[in-house]
Amino acid sequence: MKTEDAALARIVRREAGLIVAQLQRRLGNFDVAEEAVQEAIIIALRTWRRDGVPANPGAWLSLAARRRAIDLLRKRSRELPLADEWEPDPAVAISPLGRTGDERLPMLFGCCHPALGVEARLALTLRAVVGMTTQQIASAFLVPETTMAQRLVRAKRKITAAGIPFTIPEAADLAPRLDDVLTVVYLSYNAGYLEPSESGRELSDDAIWLAELVTRALPEQAETWGLLALLSFLNSRTAARFDDHGRLVLLEDQDRTGWDEVAISRADGYLTTAAALRRPGRFQLQAAIAGCHASAASWADTDWLQILTLYDLLLRYDSSPVIKLNHAIALSHLRGPAAALAEVDQVADRLSGYHLLHATRAQLLSDLGDHAGARAANQRALALTHNPAEQQLLRSRLALLDLELASSAAELTS
Amino acid sequence: MKYVLLYTNRPDLDAAVPEERRAEVYQAIYGWFEKHGAVMSDGGAELQGPETATSVKSGQNGGQPVVVDGPFSEAKENVGGFSIIDVPDLDSAIAIAREWPSLSLPGVAVEIRPIVDHSGDM
Repeated sequence: MKTEDAALARIVRREAGLIVAQLQRRLGNFDVAEEAVQEAIIIALRTWRRDGVPANPGAWLSLAARRRAIDLLRKRSRELPLADEWEPDPAVAISPLGRTGDERLPMLFGCCHPALGVEARLALTLRAVVGMTTQQIASAFLVPETTMAQRLVRAKRKITAAGIPFTIPEAADLAPRLDDVLTVVYLSYNAGYLEPSESGRELSDDAIWLAELVTRALPEQAETWGLLALLSFLNSRTAARFDDHGRLVLLEDQDRTGWDEVAISRADGYLTTAAALRRPGRFQLQAAIAGCHASAASWADTDWLQILTLYDLLLRYDSSPVIKLNHAIALSHLRGPAAALAEVDQVADRLSGYHLLHATRAQLLSDLGDHAGARAANQRALALTHNPAEQQLLRSRLALLDLELASSAAELTS
Repeated sequence: MKYVLLYTNRPDLDAAVPEERRAEVYQAIYGWFEKHGAVMSDGGAELQGPETATSVKSGQNGGQPVVVDGPFSEAKENVGGFSIIDVPDLDSAIAIAREWPSLSLPGVAVEIRPIVDHSGDM
């Protein structure tokens, strides 16, 4: 995406979700509302690129979407002769606006409903709430556009057929459902932040924008601030994450003067706000860990004991194998590679398809002097990642291991 | 919207449940039906065990249907019964299903399936 297109995408993002929500409330038909806005966005991007952005892009998009909605309903009512074109679809429950005032929020909870698969939640959220086109989503997740289109159609069909409501859950239901929403936002960020390209950056920006939207709407929820803090900490390192050739630079090797101090202090503020609400959670703890790295003057100054303690706490909220893997990495800095490798091997079965498991094992094996084992593990990691920046890093590690292996072979023969 | 709740269990795991625990759950099920009576449609049923099932399956290569002993699928799960409920949306159905007393036993699941609405067909 060109910079010019990035600016257009930002305008679309500000308006698209609102228009879908309004149209859906008006028609009672999410599928038509969402489809109409999507088509309007595609027309808008084409027209604005050619003629420039109109004075009131929101009104422009809204009008185009309403026209498309009428066309779509006419087309469908020809297919289903008895359906009244403006009759609300009773299959999709419409909620009153609720206490938050942002119409996009009930829709966001609907798109991130646990009755949908995680991939569908991501795709639907990016399309309906953020206003990304199917093509953009497909390229961000490295799948063919037809696959992504299918996924979206199936998800929308399920929303209608299964009666998934667009409501903000209440009382005891809110926390677990909010966690689902925040997870989708976090996964969107993750899908973008290792891409040195503009579109990767865009996806990360979209995720932060979504996190801000949820936080504004539900400021009494500590985890929304926690996620916002986490993403701000991660984003503060954007400029240092890639070198001039687009190569991935690990935290250990990053030039910390390149970190965005403003983003870090903003993240600190979000985390303080979260802590004041006294409801700890996994995103707050992950943000606190990211905060430890942000406050260390150098890699050598990293407070690993504090980080390990936070991972111990985090495991109480999220005992997933990925968190256990990260716990083991923190442990390696305090108790050495052998202790860490023992922990890593406990989750090896469940993470056998995860490239970072093998990359971590490779580093630990290499620290223990097992260069042949490290080489094999790095090769597994390389085969499992599609990210070019990670592939490049793994290849350079393999090259270093080959040097080690060659020199130890030379020692043996000399 | 109308949904079918399909109650499934795992006979292999049920064997380990003590008799008194089973009786407690059964008692709780009566209470559950009473509590949710207002949204229950007629037509639900508790089914006899899978060992009593007979299946009629389509014949091979367009041949005559075949009658066989046993349930239609060889899955470990057994459908023990079903209810039909009429509630506003999926969240209401989930809220009811979540309280199904047998869910305190291992291997139990409630599948929620929306019913096809033919009211617009005519």
